[in-house]
Amino acid sequence: MNTKPIGWEKSSLNEMLQKSEKLIEDTGRYYGLEKLSLKKDNPFRYERAYASLRGALVTARETALHIAASPIVKEIGELCFALYTPEGDSLVVSTGILVHVHTMSEAIKFMIREDYEQDPGINPGDIFLNNDPQTGNVHTTDVQTLIPIFWDDELIGWAGGVTHQVDAGGITPGHDLVAAIQRFDDGMYYTCRKIGSNDAIWKDHMINARRSVRTPLYWELDEKCRLAGNLMIRDAVLEFIKQEGIDYYKKFIREAIEEGRLILQKRVKERLIPGRYRAAAFFDLPLKEEAWQPRAKVNKLTNEPLEIYVKEDGTLSLDFEGCSGPGPNPMNCGIGAMEGGQWVLLTQVLIYGDKVNDGAYFGVQKNYPLGSWCNPGDPYLSYQSPWGNLIPAYTAMMKCISYGLFSRGYREEVIPGYGFTGDAIQGGGIYSSGPLEGDRWALSTFEISGQGLGASAVRDGLDWGYAMWNPESDLGDVETWELFQGGIPYLSRKIKPNTAGHGKYRGGANYAGVAMIANSEDVDFFGARDGLVFHGAGGMHGGYPHSTGYRLIAKNTNMKDIIDKQEEYPIEDADPSNGQFEKLLQADITRKPWASIYPVMLENYDMVHFAMSGGPGYGDPLERKLESVKKDLDEGIYTPDLVFNIYGVVADYDHNKGEWFINQEATEERKKEIRKERKEKSMSFDEFFEYEKSKLTKSELSAPVKLMYSESLGLSEKWRKEFIEFWNLPENFQMEGK
Amino acid sequence: MPIYNKKTLSRLLNGELSWKELKPIIGGKKDPERFDMVLEILQEKVPWNETILIPLHEHLFVVSKDNKRIVKCECGYEFGDYKENWKKKCRIRVRDTEDDIGDLYPKYMGCDPEWEELREFYCPSCFTLLDTETVPPGYPVIFNFLPDIDTFYEKWLGKDAPDR
Ligand SMILES: [Zn+2]
Repeated sequence: MNTKPIGWEKSSLNEMLQKSEKLIEDTGRYYGLEKLSLKKDNPFRYERAYASLRGALVTARETALHIAASPIVKEIGELCFALYTPEGDSLVVSTGILVHVHTMSEAIKFMIREDYEQDPGINPGDIFLNNDPQTGNVHTTDVQTLIPIFWDDELIGWAGGVTHQVDAGGITPGHDLVAAIQRFDDGMYYTCRKIGSNDAIWKDHMINARRSVRTPLYWELDEKCRLAGNLMIRDAVLEFIKQEGIDYYKKFIREAIEEGRLILQKRVKERLIPGRYRAAAFFDLPLKEEAWQPRAKVNKLTNEPLEIYVKEDGTLSLDFEGCSGPGPNPMNCGIGAMEGGQWVLLTQVLIYGDKVNDGAYFGVQKNYPLGSWCNPGDPYLSYQSPWGNLIPAYTAMMKCISYGLFSRGYREEVIPGYGFTGDAIQGGGIYSSGPLEGDRWALSTFEISGQGLGASAVRDGLDWGYAMWNPESDLGDVETWELFQGGIPYLSRKIKPNTAGHGKYRGGANYAGVAMIANSEDVDFFGARDGLVFHGAGGMHGGYPHSTGYRLIAKNTNMKDIIDKQEEYPIEDADPSNGQFEKLLQADITRKPWASIYPVMLENYDMVHFAMSGGPGYGDPLERKLESVKKDLDEGIYTPDLVFNIYGVVADYDHNKGEWFINQEATEERKKEIRKERKEKSMSFDEFFEYEKSKLTKSELSAPVKLMYSESLGLSEKWRKEFIEFWNLPENFQMEGK
Repeated sequence: MPIYNKKTLSRLLNGELSWKELKPIIGGKKDPERFDMVLEILQEKVPWNETILIPLHEHLFVVSKDNKRIVKCECGYEFGDYKENWKKKCRIRVRDTEDDIGDLYPKYMGCDPEWEELREFYCPSCFTLLDTETVPPGYPVIFNFLPDIDTFYEKWLGKDAPDR
């Protein structure tokens, strides 16, 4: 037991945390700071101080990632580091997968509140490990290493690093499992565990960890990578204090965070308009046919409504009232994950470029209703893949903020949403011959970091280049993925037509891959993506959502024959209703309209198709410039049938020139026809009201929709009241759902 | 530092800026005069005389008319009080069959109508597609954005709204 407190001025860490929280609550300002006196007195010293710490964190990340072995970390940099106050508030962050900056903050606060200072003790050289979503994390796959930083006898901060694992030892191989339905399926749980002392990881921990995951080498080297980065940060902080003095450091860390908070408020006032903003996102998890476990055989549709108030003082409030419930599936989401997702997006749309830290966290009020999917309050549920709900849910925030940006005139900043970071194909197998015979390979391609971004109000969305959780997204090289997952070589990677959301400005487009199992045995394969509903909150101002995913697998193929005879094989699924797979292969072909599947076993020469996601569109497609539509056709972004239906463009292909030509006259006619069709096929609001209401009252709804409504109506009195008022339903209106 | 004159901003609003011109605008510091300048450009562009208070949408504006604040389409159609959801004045098409969704998305690549429908909201006069909603059947119509106009003008811009 420690007798001497490790906090400042003889207080314990818990007392420091309580004091800090009270100061924010009482004054609304971080640490109650009324002015930024260091910045005011000597702005050069202050900015230099910030830049030197920031530089140290970026350097730590760049150096540490070379220690890692996992391609996810090494190749595309799925790691990040941050420096925290003694109470666990981040003040400086590195680049990288920034979604985790605030999650680590929650983990530190958990240790403080649980009085780790007394037991197990927090000493110089200690190492803590966390991957528990209930104590500040997204899912078990994201593993955090935290070390305390001491100056004399006082704890003056924490360094933290996160990497995304290839495998965390869950019910099936993979990093975002579909088959996990309870905590015990999620893999190894390290709930803020002390795993080392004197700057060294304990041997018993490492023995245990290596035996708990399917990719022990990646796990071990990633642990060393995070620890090395943290030690570099600690050295840099101690050096900083030698230069600037401990008093300066102690004041500086408060001021940097308050400045971060002020920047958010300033940006909000600069770019938005006060008022009430609303959007709703959805996600499908149809496990009725997929699940092995009887209790998990549920078709689930998640309701993800969001209301944002932009307030007079430039602060924001986010209210998820109305969210549906959690379930026996991996997509339940803890508060740490919700905070992380929110923070990483705010850093991209409002507070980029300046003091990016937890100041932004303090500028936002939030309500995650207890008992809903975004705050289930039950640690025994599975939290293995909260991304399934988290990623779509925050498109609603992007859309709300975009309404404000648009009205303020900053149309170039509008982003109504982004593609789901899928198709997250996963699994693995064992090499059946060759130099690696008997070794295990893991399928974990992180090309999911290259999704379509939503269109802005002045231009098309970014193609194959965005991931909401990493502002520096990079889809990596096929060759690198193949090196690590050699049992499933690529046969193709090709632009997939009609993935981009339609609009005056189209959403980002994407591609699809075809891969084949080779030289392997004991192969598992699964994937996760939106499928039966459009991911997220849809398009904006008349734009449409991007297309959904689906599942295509060919088993028992004649690929061996085809290869031997050097014949043509499928390299795409451009038109799913008239597929190349069916034309060119003899095989058992499975097509499912949903994309999230439980693992299936594959054999050599079996083939899979996986499509990345587009982004949502902006504005009425009839207003899209004709030269842009021609370009879409020439590049294979859209097919002529959909261009005719949606954009009203009639075009002919010139085989000699190899490009499309737009028939101006026929296009004029077709656009008139579409306007006429809009008139004929639409109804007034009163007609719409009766038509839609009857779907509710006549109970014509499908089971997942009923279940969704029954959960939302039961969980939120506010949402229920509005729902009943909107449809003019009786007070005692009920919806049965199971 | 980009030059934010009226010509540049008009071209921005029309989607005419090249990436080379647009990139520094996205990356750079924002121009505090943007709101006023955009308002001026839009006021000149619309074919009617009511004063625009807030540009709400590509084609919709909160305007001041006879001392009331209403939503008005660029084409002249008036949606009424801005505190009411303008979508309730729209013509609405509900795509809730496989065929109707299949007109817009290839097989397997659109929503399943058992799970979700696609609503299109048109201006009842010019039939511009003003909004789409992709929601489960029976979902209440979403009220996208209700601006707090007076707080914005008085507290943030430090002046009265043009109609006050
Ligand atoms: Zn109109």
